[in-house]
Amino acid sequence: MKFLLGALVLVGFAAAAPLFVHLEYFYFAGFVVLQFIVLATAWNILGGFAGYVNFGTGAFFAVGAYSAVALYKAVQLPLGLQILAGAAAAGLLGFLVGLLTLRLRGIFFSIATIAITIILETVVMNWHYVGGAKGLPILRPTEMPLYFTNYTQWLFLVMTIIAVLAVAMARYIQVGWIGRGLRAIRDNEGAAECSGVPTLKLKLAAASISGALMGAAGAPFAQYLSFIEPSSAFSLNYAVNALAMPIIGGTAHWIGPVLGAILLGTVQQVVTVTISSEMNVLVVGVMLVVFVVGAPEGILGLWKRYVLKKGTP
Amino acid sequence: MSQPVDALLKIDNLSKHFGGFTALDQVSVNVGRGERFGLIGPNGSGKTTLINCISGALQNDQGSILFDGAEVSRMPAYKRTRLGIARSFQIPRPFGSMSVLENLIVPLEYVAHSGSLHLADTRGEAMEILKGMGLADKAETLASSLSQVELRKMELARAMAARPRLLISDEAMAGLSSNEVSEVLEILFKLNASGITIIMIEHIMQAVMKFSQRLLCLDAGRIICEGSPEAVVGNPDVQRAYLGA
Repeated sequence: MKFLLGALVLVGFAAAAPLFVHLEYFYFAGFVVLQFIVLATAWNILGGFAGYVNFGTGAFFAVGAYSAVALYKAVQLPLGLQILAGAAAAGLLGFLVGLLTLRLRGIFFSIATIAITIILETVVMNWHYVGGAKGLPILRPTEMPLYFTNYTQWLFLVMTIIAVLAVAMARYIQVGWIGRGLRAIRDNEGAAECSGVPTLKLKLAAASISGALMGAAGAPFAQYLSFIEPSSAFSLNYAVNALAMPIIGGTAHWIGPVLGAILLGTVQQVVTVTISSEMNVLVVGVMLVVFVVGAPEGILGLWKRYVLKKGTP
Repeated sequence: MSQPVDALLKIDNLSKHFGGFTALDQVSVNVGRGERFGLIGPNGSGKTTLINCISGALQNDQGSILFDGAEVSRMPAYKRTRLGIARSFQIPRPFGSMSVLENLIVPLEYVAHSGSLHLADTRGEAMEILKGMGLADKAETLASSLSQVELRKMELARAMAARPRLLISDEAMAGLSSNEVSEVLEILFKLNASGITIIMIEHIMQAVMKFSQRLLCLDAGRIICEGSPEAVVGNPDVQRAYLGA
């Protein structure tokens, strides 16, 4: 109930923001932070709950983005349907990656997801319809939806809705029997199977949902930049951030990736503006190292230890 | 020794190869309903491979496994658990990030109450099972911080939460003191008395002799002897397999 209320307040704020926040940069930066909330939350469903570390976030993100671009170019599909199509395509990719878990675990699974990213990026580089390696400029729709006067503000609201849905889904999965099954898989897959957990089905579901959410995050990407090209859509930065944010926030709980994304995403935006855009990559690396060494359970672990005083022995 | 008339588990001509190595060679055996069945043999004789084939962790290459009349040898492990085959592991495999209680809730949710979860009081049921095992005071403890004997008991408790008809105990007493062995043995007797068929793999001969109504001895993937505990232990082939004489 509290969660529903919080979600409504957030969406309401994003919808009403154009009335009182006129700083264009707020929406531009806020969109990126929200996008990372979705990516980190999605990553955590497979990586945090089930323990399968995915390095291919960039691939899912780009599949969402390019599906949307291709359909927008072909039939001028409206944004809502672009997002659904992007989520469906990336969800399908997630299903295929889920099948990999049949034979690959641990680091081998992770390497396979990097390989998938490289293969798909090569394919898109040679796909001329969507611009190939040199990219494709996108003309945003000229008619503004609802009462909006600025398309970036509209995209900000759309990304807020996607983020709220992603977090709601992660929360639903975590608190119930599905989450318990995924944790059993992470702790010991053999014992999980012998406790009646249909491990393959759960892994396929987790990988598909995780992939679909990443695709949904990627779908508005080209509209946001008015441009798309492979090396930024498939960027390794997405993989690194989507992994670093849950680890910094804490992987055990749905709020962890959200905290990590807000903290890291905001710091990165600030550093990009005040110092340099190269520096923000360094920030991710340094914070990741600091947290892995100093707080292996992330911000949530620190909270438990120092605020709730339930230290791990 | 005659095979039981009313068999819960019928294994026929079971073989399993790992590359060129034959781990199980045409093993046929029946286990009766409600029976206490002991499985012995030297290290590497195929005991764990046999129960891995029964529980579904491995798939047999040839032969058939009938459980209560149904062919299970091509079923994934989780379906066999839902049919009523549960096991413990030789090296305990707890869900380390969960409390002891939650470890039991997993099979309660996925086996006992799958389909009608909203009606179930899984926490209460898990607590009942833990009480029966003498683990009630550890319910909220993290499973990864249990002692060896507690881990063994938790594994049996988790297997019980799946409401099995056949329980396979894979060296549940290895590494325990003699007091602890009697404790675990008592639990197994109690479970058997409630109607559960039990297959026990064990190296502690005192325990397996006391527990089993019938014994099977494997060596190099073959059955070398089957019968009453006294007859099997007295068998010259069994003595040769163990002592190499």
